[in-house]
Amino acid sequence: MRELQYDAVVIGAGAAGMAAALELDASGFTCAIIEREDHLGGILMQCIHNGFGLHEFSEELTGPEFAERFIERVTKSKIAVYLNTTVTQFAPAHSSPSASGSLKELYCVSPQGAMRIQSRAVLLAMGCRERNRGNVRIPGSRPAGIFTAGLAQRLVNIEGYIPGKEVVVIGSGDIGLIMARRMSWVGCKVKAVVEIMPYPAGLTRNIVQCLRDFDIPLYLSSQTTGVFGNDRVEGIEVTPMENGVLAPEKSFRIDCDTVLLSVGLIPENELSRAAGVELNSVTNGPSVDSSLMTNMEGVFACGNVLHVHDIVDWVCEESRRAGRYAAQWLRGERPSLQIRARAGSNVRYVNPARIAPERENRIYMRSMVVKNDAVLELRLDNRVLRSIKERHVQPSEMISFKIGPKDFEGLEFNSDSILEFCIS
Amino acid sequence: MEFDAAIIGCGVSGANIARRLSAYSIKTAILEKAADVSFGTSKANSGIIHGGFHHNKKYLKARLEIQGSLMFDQLRRELNFPFRRCGIIVAALHEEEMKAVEHLYMQGVENEVIGIELCSRQRILELEPKLSADTVGGLYAPGGGIIEPYRFVFALVESALKNGVELFTNFKVEKTSRNGDYWVIRAEDGREIKARYAINSAGLFADEVSKTFGAEEFTISARKGEYFLLDRLTKACPSKVVFPVPTSVSKGMLVIPTVEGTALVGPTADAVEDKNDFSTTTKRLEQILVSGKTMIPSLSQNDVITAFAGLRPCLGEDFYIEASKKAPAFVQVAGIQSPGLTASPAIGEYVKNILLDMGLQLTEKPGWDPYIEDRPLARGLNLNELDSLIAKDSAWGNIVCRCENVSEAEIVQAVKLGHTTLDGIKYFTRAQMGRCQGGFCTYKIIKIIMRETGLSWNEVTKHGGKSRILEASLDEIGMAQ
Repeated sequence: MRELQYDAVVIGAGAAGMAAALELDASGFTCAIIEREDHLGGILMQCIHNGFGLHEFSEELTGPEFAERFIERVTKSKIAVYLNTTVTQFAPAHSSPSASGSLKELYCVSPQGAMRIQSRAVLLAMGCRERNRGNVRIPGSRPAGIFTAGLAQRLVNIEGYIPGKEVVVIGSGDIGLIMARRMSWVGCKVKAVVEIMPYPAGLTRNIVQCLRDFDIPLYLSSQTTGVFGNDRVEGIEVTPMENGVLAPEKSFRIDCDTVLLSVGLIPENELSRAAGVELNSVTNGPSVDSSLMTNMEGVFACGNVLHVHDIVDWVCEESRRAGRYAAQWLRGERPSLQIRARAGSNVRYVNPARIAPERENRIYMRSMVVKNDAVLELRLDNRVLRSIKERHVQPSEMISFKIGPKDFEGLEFNSDSILEFCIS
Repeated sequence: MEFDAAIIGCGVSGANIARRLSAYSIKTAILEKAADVSFGTSKANSGIIHGGFHHNKKYLKARLEIQGSLMFDQLRRELNFPFRRCGIIVAALHEEEMKAVEHLYMQGVENEVIGIELCSRQRILELEPKLSADTVGGLYAPGGGIIEPYRFVFALVESALKNGVELFTNFKVEKTSRNGDYWVIRAEDGREIKARYAINSAGLFADEVSKTFGAEEFTISARKGEYFLLDRLTKACPSKVVFPVPTSVSKGMLVIPTVEGTALVGPTADAVEDKNDFSTTTKRLEQILVSGKTMIPSLSQNDVITAFAGLRPCLGEDFYIEASKKAPAFVQVAGIQSPGLTASPAIGEYVKNILLDMGLQLTEKPGWDPYIEDRPLARGLNLNELDSLIAKDSAWGNIVCRCENVSEAEIVQAVKLGHTTLDGIKYFTRAQMGRCQGGFCTYKIIKIIMRETGLSWNEVTKHGGKSRILEASLDEIGMAQ
C-alpha cells in the first residue's frame, strides 16, 4: 500500500478544489487533489450551457470552458492529482502532533490500489448532492422515470441518452430550469415546473431564459402530492397550497412519463461529519471561522461543501481564500481576535461564523424573505455598525459584501462580541 | 423440460422450499413472474426475525415462527446473508399498555422464548436509552433479530441453483393442464415446463395461481405497509428493534435498526384493492413520523432517505400450507404474512414433509453443498485487505456508490449472478440505496449492466417489464454533438 505525505490535501477537483489547490501551490506548499471521478472539473463538465464566468473572467463561458481554464493551470502546476480516487475516511493521525497542529490521515481507494496520505492541512471541497424524492417526501408509486435533474443532465449531456418524452420538473432550482430548456431542445415536451414555494428557487435569469422563452408553465405554491404508474411514470398529482395548507379539492393531474427533481442541494459532508467536523444545521456545511477553518484545527472548507452557492464564480472566490488561509495557517499565522457572526431577523444564514476585525472579511449571506428596497444592518453588540441598501433581496440570490478594519474603527469589541446581520 | 417439482413464486417461502428440495435427488424448477427473485412481498417488509411472543401456539404460523427463528444461525453460517440477533423490545408508553405487555410475556414464556424478560422502566431504558422518557416498561426478547430479506432470498436461491435447481424468471404462469402424472405449466410468453408436483408460493397472487390449477378458491387481499428509511447518520437508530404495544390489526409501527446501519420506521396497515399498488401516501407517512417520534423522540424527518410500501398477502388468521384437497399433486403455501420471513426456513421443511406424504420420493443428494461463496464487500474491508483485492482485480478500487461504499467489482458480481435490473443490483449490492438514492451512480450502473450483459440502452430496466430507464439515444436520433 502506498504511503504519501503532503503539506495539504484537497478533497474534490471541482471549481472549489482546483481554485484552493492553486493558491496552496502558489504559496510553495506541497499539495494533492483527490478526485473520485475520472476527470478534473467536477459537475461543471456536464453543465454545457453558458452563463459561467461573468465575475471571474468577465465573459460568458460554458461549464467545461470555465473548468478548462482552471484545469490548464492545475495541469501545469506542481499539484499532485489523484483521479478515480475515493477518500473513504479521514481522521487526525495517531502519531505525535507536529509544530503547527496534528497531522491528518486520509484513507484513499483507487483502481491502482489503496493509499494512506498524511497531511498537515485538509481542504474540504467535495461539493454537494441533489436532494431526492425521499428527502422531500413526495408520496405515490415508485416507477422508473424519476431522476434528479443533475442525473438527467449527465445522461443527456455526457452519456448521450434522453431519459423520457413528456417531462414535469418538480422544484424550480437552477439545474431543474436549465434541464427544462435542455429537454425541450432535445425534443421533449416539458409540461410544467411545479414549485412548492410562492417564489422560484432558481435565479431570475433562468426563469426567463429557460421557462418563459419556451412557454413552459411554472406552478408556484403547488405541492406534488402523488406519482402514478407502476413500471414507468404515468403522471403526477399537483395540489395547490392556500394559506399555507394544501387545498385537495383543487388537485389536478399532469400526465408525463418522466419526472425531474430539482428540490435543492445538500453539501456532502458525511466524510467531514465522520471525522468530527461540526456542521451548521442551516447550511448543512461546516461551521467555519474567519479563515474558513472548521472546528478541526487545520481542516478548511470551501465551495458548495461549505454552503450552496448560486454561481461558480463565487465558489472560486471563496475557495481561493480558503487556499490562502490554509497557507497562512501552515506558516503558523493566526488571526489575533475573532468575533462571532450571527444571522438576525429575516436572515437565513451568514458565512463565515466568525469575523476577524483586523483584516478584510468577505461575507456571504442569504435572506429569508423576498423584499424590495431592503436595508441590511450590521450590528456589533446591538450598535449599528453599518447599513447597506439592497434594491431587492430574495432567498435564491446570495448577498455578498466585505467588511474590514475600517468598519470597526473606533469601536470597542472583544472576543465575546457578536456581529449580527439583519434585514428589514 | 420435465421436473419433479415446480415452485411457483420466488419470494422467501418459495426460495426456502427450493433450497430445501435442492438437498434431494429430484429435479426442481422455480417459476418467477418478475425479472428477479424477491421482487414482491419479500423485498419490502420489516426485515425482522421475530421474538416468538406475538402469536399463540395454536396457530401454525406461531409454531413455524418459533421453529424457523432457531434455524437462522445455521443458515447464516452456510449462506452469509446479513443477520444479527440484536434483540426485540416492546415499549409501553402508559400503564394500561403494560397489561398487554404482560400478556405477550406470558405467551412468550408458553412459547418457550429463550431469555424473554418483563422490564421495568429503568431496565428498558437501560436496554434502549433512545426510548422516550415516557416509557413505563416493556418486554425484551434477546433472540429477536434483523435481516436483509432480499439478500436472504438471493442467498437461498444461489444455494439452490448451485445444487441443481433451475430458475425461470419473467415466467408468469398463465395456463396449466394435466398430462398423465404431470402438470404442464405454461407461461404468458409461451414457455412451457412439466412437473409432477406443483407448489403454490405465489404470495399476493396465490389465489390466481390456485385458480389456474383448478385448486381451492380463495381470495388473497393486500394490506399495505408504508415505511421510511433513515440515513445511517440518524441519531434515532436504536440498538434493538422497538415495537409499540400491538393493536388488533397489526403489530404496530416499529423503529428498526437495519443490519446495514440505517433505520426503518413503519409499517402502516391499510387494505388496498390493487395488488400492484405500492404507492406511499402523505397521510400515512405523517403518521409514521409521529408514531416513531412517540417512541424515539430523536427521530427527525431530516434523516429520511426514502419512503416505500410493501403489501402483505392476507388470508384469514393463519398460514394456509397444505396439500390441495381439490387439485392433484398441488401444495398450497398461501397467506404468508407476518411472521412469514421468520417462519420461512420452517416452511421449507414443512412443505418438504407434505411432499413426502404425498408420495414424492426424496433421497438425499450425494455431494449437496450447503455453502455458498463468502464474498467480500468493500465496505467491510480494511485498507490493507482492500489493497490486496485491488491488486487482483482493479474493479475493487472503483467505488461506484459513494454513499454505501460499493465497488464496481461487487456490481459486476451481482450482474453475473443474474441481477440485471437497477433494483436487483440495488438489493444485492446496496448501490443506489444510500442517501443520494442513485443520483450519482445510476448512470455508472447502467453502463456496467450494458457492458456485462450486452443489453442495449433501451433494454435496461428498473425492475423488468416496461420499467425502461432511457427513452432515446442522441446518437440514434442524430442529435449527438
